[in-house]
Amino acid sequence: MTLLVKESAASTQEKAPKIRGKVRLREHLMGWVFVGPFWLVFLALLIAPLAYALYLSLWQKKLIGGTSFVFLGNYVKAFTDPTFLSGVWFVVRFSLVAIPLQILVALAMALIVDAVTSLFTRFSRLMIFLPYAIPTVIGAVMWGFLYSKSFGPLTDIFGLFGAPAPDFFSKNLIFYGLVNVVTWQWAGYYMIILYAALQGIDPTLYEAARMDGAGKWQIALRIKIPLIAPALLLILVFSLIGTLQFFNEPQILRYLAAGTIAPGFTPNMYAYQQAFGLANFNYGSAISFALGGVVFVCVYAFLFFTRKRRSFF
Amino acid sequence: MTGSSRAGARRRAQRHLPLQIFLGFLVVYFLVPFWWVIVNSSKDAPGLFGGSNTLWFAGEIDYIGNLQRLFTYDGGIYGRWILNSTLYAFAGGIGATILAVMAGYGFAKYRFAGRRFSFSVLLGALMVPATALVIPTFMMFSGLGLTNTIWAVILPSLLNPFGVYLMHVYARDAVPDEILDAARVDGAGELRTFLQVAFPLMRPAVVTVLLLSAVASWNNYFLPLAMLSDNRLFPVTVGLGLWQGIASANNSGSTSLWSLIILGALVSVIPLVIAFFTLQRHWRGGLSVGGLR
Repeated sequence: MTLLVKESAASTQEKAPKIRGKVRLREHLMGWVFVGPFWLVFLALLIAPLAYALYLSLWQKKLIGGTSFVFLGNYVKAFTDPTFLSGVWFVVRFSLVAIPLQILVALAMALIVDAVTSLFTRFSRLMIFLPYAIPTVIGAVMWGFLYSKSFGPLTDIFGLFGAPAPDFFSKNLIFYGLVNVVTWQWAGYYMIILYAALQGIDPTLYEAARMDGAGKWQIALRIKIPLIAPALLLILVFSLIGTLQFFNEPQILRYLAAGTIAPGFTPNMYAYQQAFGLANFNYGSAISFALGGVVFVCVYAFLFFTRKRRSFF
Repeated sequence: MTGSSRAGARRRAQRHLPLQIFLGFLVVYFLVPFWWVIVNSSKDAPGLFGGSNTLWFAGEIDYIGNLQRLFTYDGGIYGRWILNSTLYAFAGGIGATILAVMAGYGFAKYRFAGRRFSFSVLLGALMVPATALVIPTFMMFSGLGLTNTIWAVILPSLLNPFGVYLMHVYARDAVPDEILDAARVDGAGELRTFLQVAFPLMRPAVVTVLLLSAVASWNNYFLPLAMLSDNRLFPVTVGLGLWQGIASANNSGSTSLWSLIILGALVSVIPLVIAFFTLQRHWRGGLSVGGLR
């Protein structure tokens, strides 16, 4: 309500209301009636927690002497904390491997499903999308079974070749075990988005290219992929934001991979441990905020390098 | 005419045989976990750990017995978790959709003061890591005495900036200003214009946003894990995570719990799979809007 009043007050100061004032005022008012409810939720559940987290992160709780203002002390601590830094290093490395892999798989599938229309490809499209309907936690639980030595199939399959089964819960292979879970979970979703973009391309372009002597591969590489670049970029940005916040899968597999996945394995797990395991909410907030900063820098750097800032917004 | 084009399509499909075989391998990969869960939820504990073929049924197929054990274990807590998840998904999904539809329409169709500014704040919010909000939201809610209640899970899932963005794009393109003006000239009020003229035109995107928000609430793990301590309020994701933790911690003593977890995972995905298959037509149309821009 206060917002509404403030905004309509501000509107009177707006320059040159060319249309009659009464109509304009009504439009301002109705606009805020529609946007207002969302805006209230937005303020209460996004802006307020962010501000509160920022506030919390500037204080430190000591065993003796209570809470004291340390300004950026928690951030200095975070960026010199080896656990936090190794977590950040892990999610950055993980993003660099997992995201290109997911998108390549999704792109290949989308191109096939787009180029070949048969009953089988339509069936495949649905089946490949299926993992998206599965909660990430359940997906991790399912792969945990498959990786398990006591009831997973890996021992049998590798036994056929007389080889020992790989242990995806070991320190060396957990990285790839997690890459596999994430790829399984998300590639189908990305495929559907890319497929929708491919279906939006005007087919006469392909005719024209074929007339000019372009083959199937050339059409795919020179026409289809450049034309769905905006969709690719959107996927990349969203998967980057999601992957840097990696939490559910390692948190679930932590129980099975005892000793391999430490509580501070990813920055988000570290923040969770600090806040809810050690009741250290100040430092937990600082880690969350520092991670937010890392996400922002990574996304901005990515958009800068692709020089597509304008087309995204 | 149809005969020859059909033959042509067939020829083309055959020419693409290597691609289809490649696709076939991928389909197998995506289905293996489902297959494993379907097969192994039919087994009892000895069958599960007996070292027989893990990708095929054991001698005895006992879905009914396992289902009974699943829904009666610990006073039927699993059924409660499923109901909780359903409640959170519906309440959060419907609430978030109503807010997103109204806001998206408002942003698309009214030139009000503060519109540009608030829309760019919204776009910036798309980049805020959702999990960064969990800790401070928990602190705020604990001050208000809301933690460990259903509101602690439902209220935060009302926030869906991406839904607003999607509705904005859709309303901008699918609802012509001329139709709205015509309705106004005919004497319909703003709310009536919205409900009876604009809303039907926005329906495909509404279904998409509803489905995406409901799925997001159903899948949520970090938020309820942090907010709830009473396991009778858990959604099924947190509940199964809890069981898995218990089962892994005392590996030998809880073999029967493992078969419950496997069947529990299978049962928990069935509602969403059905929802996705039956509403396919709707969400595919809506997703293309979000993806193209």
